[in-house]
Amino acid sequence: MSTGFVSVAYVVASVLFILSLGGLSHQESARRGNFFGIAGIIIAVGATIASVSMGAGGIASLVIAILIGAAAGMFLANKVEMTQMPQLVALLHSFVGLAAVFVGFAGYLDPLVITHGAEHTIKLVEVYLGIFIGAITFTGSLIACGKLDARIPSAALTLPGRHIMNLAALGVSVLLGAWFLGADSTAEGMLPLIIMTAVASVLGIHLILAIGGADMPVVVSMLNSYSGWAAASIGFMLGNDLLIVTGALVGSSGAILSYIMCRAMNRSFMSVILGGFGQTTSSSSATAADSDLTVQECSVDDLCEELGMAESVIIVPGYGMAVAQAQNAVGEITSLLRDRGVTVRFGIHPVAGRLPGHMNVLLAEAKVPYDIVLEMDELNDDFPTTDIVLVIGANDTVNPAAMDDPNSPIAGMPVMEVWKSGQVVVFKRGMASGYAGVENPLFFKENTRMLFGDAKESVDKILGALRS
Amino acid sequence: MMKLGIPKEVFPDERRVAATPASVEKLIKLGYEVVIQSGAGDPAHYDDDAYMAAGAAISVDAPSLWEQSDFILKVRAPMMHPDLGRHEVDLMKEGALIVSYIWPAQNPELLDQLSAKKATVFAIDSLPRISRAQKMDALSAMANIAGYRAVVEAANHFGRFFTGQVTAAGKVPPAKVMIIGAGVAGLASVGTANSMGAIVRAFDTRLEVKEQVESMGAEFLELDFGDEEDGGGGGGYAKQMSDEFIAAEMALFAEQAKEVDIIITTALIPGRPAPKLITAAMVQSMKPGSVIVDLASERGGNCELTVPGEVVVDHDVTLIGYTDLPSRMAKVSSDLYASNLVHLLSDLTPEKDGQPQVDMEDTVVRGVTVVKDSEITWPPPKVEVSAAAPPKPGTEEPVPVGEVSEEPSLFKKWLGKGSLLAVTVLALLGIGGYAPESFLSHFTVFVLACFIGWQVVWNVTASLHTPLMSVTNAISGIIVIGAILHLVQAGGAAVGIISFIAVLIATINIAGGFRVTHRMLKMFRK
Repeated sequence: MSTGFVSVAYVVASVLFILSLGGLSHQESARRGNFFGIAGIIIAVGATIASVSMGAGGIASLVIAILIGAAAGMFLANKVEMTQMPQLVALLHSFVGLAAVFVGFAGYLDPLVITHGAEHTIKLVEVYLGIFIGAITFTGSLIACGKLDARIPSAALTLPGRHIMNLAALGVSVLLGAWFLGADSTAEGMLPLIIMTAVASVLGIHLILAIGGADMPVVVSMLNSYSGWAAASIGFMLGNDLLIVTGALVGSSGAILSYIMCRAMNRSFMSVILGGFGQTTSSSSATAADSDLTVQECSVDDLCEELGMAESVIIVPGYGMAVAQAQNAVGEITSLLRDRGVTVRFGIHPVAGRLPGHMNVLLAEAKVPYDIVLEMDELNDDFPTTDIVLVIGANDTVNPAAMDDPNSPIAGMPVMEVWKSGQVVVFKRGMASGYAGVENPLFFKENTRMLFGDAKESVDKILGALRS
Repeated sequence: MMKLGIPKEVFPDERRVAATPASVEKLIKLGYEVVIQSGAGDPAHYDDDAYMAAGAAISVDAPSLWEQSDFILKVRAPMMHPDLGRHEVDLMKEGALIVSYIWPAQNPELLDQLSAKKATVFAIDSLPRISRAQKMDALSAMANIAGYRAVVEAANHFGRFFTGQVTAAGKVPPAKVMIIGAGVAGLASVGTANSMGAIVRAFDTRLEVKEQVESMGAEFLELDFGDEEDGGGGGGYAKQMSDEFIAAEMALFAEQAKEVDIIITTALIPGRPAPKLITAAMVQSMKPGSVIVDLASERGGNCELTVPGEVVVDHDVTLIGYTDLPSRMAKVSSDLYASNLVHLLSDLTPEKDGQPQVDMEDTVVRGVTVVKDSEITWPPPKVEVSAAAPPKPGTEEPVPVGEVSEEPSLFKKWLGKGSLLAVTVLALLGIGGYAPESFLSHFTVFVLACFIGWQVVWNVTASLHTPLMSVTNAISGIIVIGAILHLVQAGGAAVGIISFIAVLIATINIAGGFRVTHRMLKMFRK
């Protein structure tokens, strides 16, 4: 096939990818968007294969690789629980990173386009950058995946002088880059390239280890962005516009998500990336508990009775709901209450869960209609007219200290103003504080009652009581 | 095991009962045995069979019931038994427990009598008004019923519709209702009258209830009163107001009386006779056929002309002074009262072993207990609560905010923006000056794609952020193209192997990403 056709195919694929992301602006068009994406990939891959002449061995290895990869991907995607989505997404990021590293090396060892002079230098820079970003994405995503899967402790690792170490790694990479560009032959350039890959891998591990569990939404979206930039730099290396466009789309998408997440926590991107949150801020204002404040407990029976009488209920889920796998029971309670004419809505804080939009996916899995699942900003004005708010496994996102206490470590973070409603019931295991290590004055409010115990058990009991 | 006894009420026209079959079941679950006097539930339409089915034993007459019970549950305070000619306290077992209305402030002799019996007495009317105790708050439960019934009684005696109508025969104006006192009863009246279609206005000396009144659909009447005086007296009750305030208030009522069709008064101040708010002159100024319901009539009435317990017509205005409104709805008031008592008892018996524990450290138990082991423990220490939370004393230090911090940060911000701009300009100049043609065309594509991505992704709804991540994951697998090109044109084994692996994992990404996105999107439904 001529290069003209390939270029046209790539343009079509690029447009399809843009439509695919555009489709996600609404639930109704989202599925169509996904099919656009699939069509784009198929067109692009098909055009690429058709454009090159290849031997039988090449075809065979290509087919084998694609078959194995496709089967493994389908297997993974079919098996994954919705609560494990963050892990899967992180794992897939690491694959993009690793692929970028490999393609970068292949492109350096066996260039498809012969370049000279400034063009050659630019290409080398692209190779170098692609591998660097790819390596960080690869190891960082693996660590994020391990943390999300609780294989690695999710607490932030704060080594002494960690900022210096990161800067040193960056400095070393720049120096290695100079060495790499100055190399006379490909063989000579391999050494700095490999050392840099190792340094970048360690940097990726260390960067993510230093970030605590609840900052994972930012981390995952940041890695999403990195994987895009890695793809884009490989695109530059190959002189392939489709890769550049796709990489840029993915990169800016991840960047926007990171920005949204940071804004929702009222923290700068840098402070998240530099890590260590939640450890250094022990408890300056957390001494409220020593006064005569007591929490009020409530029983499942009382709650059911009140739910039966309520006209309007808002449920605020958090990561705790995902951990306890309580979403299906919550969904059933919702449909029972809705059948009885109770207005039930869900309030989702942007950083609830471990992945942007994680709660929405869990609730969708539990067959909660998406039009009653609302964002924080859409709902905050409605709390005063709500009878009961159920807080299931959320803590810092409903902490009034963020608004009232300027000394609080989470001061200024936008929170769900649940305490303005008639009554708040908090489902919680015990009185432990949330991820940020901040005491939550919500628990001591007049209109707050606590339902202690495992969220899943409590929710199941309520479901049972409501049915009978 | 302790025996709970539920006697038949002896107060004239009292139709309520302290336990219902449903509550008996719950009491038994708390570990108690329950005995009920035969016929106790009849006026509330619960017969003996229903109680027996719930697990209660039946006692034929009052003396035997009182004699065998360790814990008496009652509605009205113990009084002289009209048939037996003996006081109910005398019938009681020595050292027994009792819960009922007591009104300890008004009945000091009754407290003495009970303490002589070594009784432990819980006065349900002395419950502290804090949120935790709301489920046991019989006063609120009864006030709610009284508020509803007051409107129904008013409607019964009022010769017109509540709601305005335009009929074929002509137009009917809506009734105008004024409610004085927006406590539980007042708010219930507001809600009921409003739902029947009347135009409702409410007045209260406590400004904190304005929002509640408005939320129930009424207009809150405010005084033209220079110095704002708030009548919140602690514990959610009103306090006595200053003379100027009362004068202004009376002027408001006088003006409103000429205009409204129905007045419902619910004004009470704890421990004092009801304030006289509606004078004879105001009644006279009302339109003929108007109705006044005086919920404070038991304590003397808010209207000068009310006759407690009676319905009278004066100046062509019907004055309803019933003192037994909750009892007139015996079924629902028994249900609620009984469930208030169940909540109290379940707090008293945390072990569910039928052995009440009187923990005087607990604010609720402390408040409700007026006699314990022959010692009179009333009044309890004061608990402060109010609808609008009072300011907390000195917990927060003001944070210094001002020009000191503002100026350098603004400067820094500009510096930051300026240097960013400078770097961008330099970088672009560098690229434009030195980069080869082929790079520039790719660079153009890259920058434009970034902007398209930026625009498109901001439109993605927040609820689809997870699918967005997985779909971007899948399309970033497009890197497979690079891998394919290298694989099929591989010069050496090394490049062949790494590009083989790259194709494989990029394909995992593509297949897995799209598949899982599809799975997720399929779940979103309306």
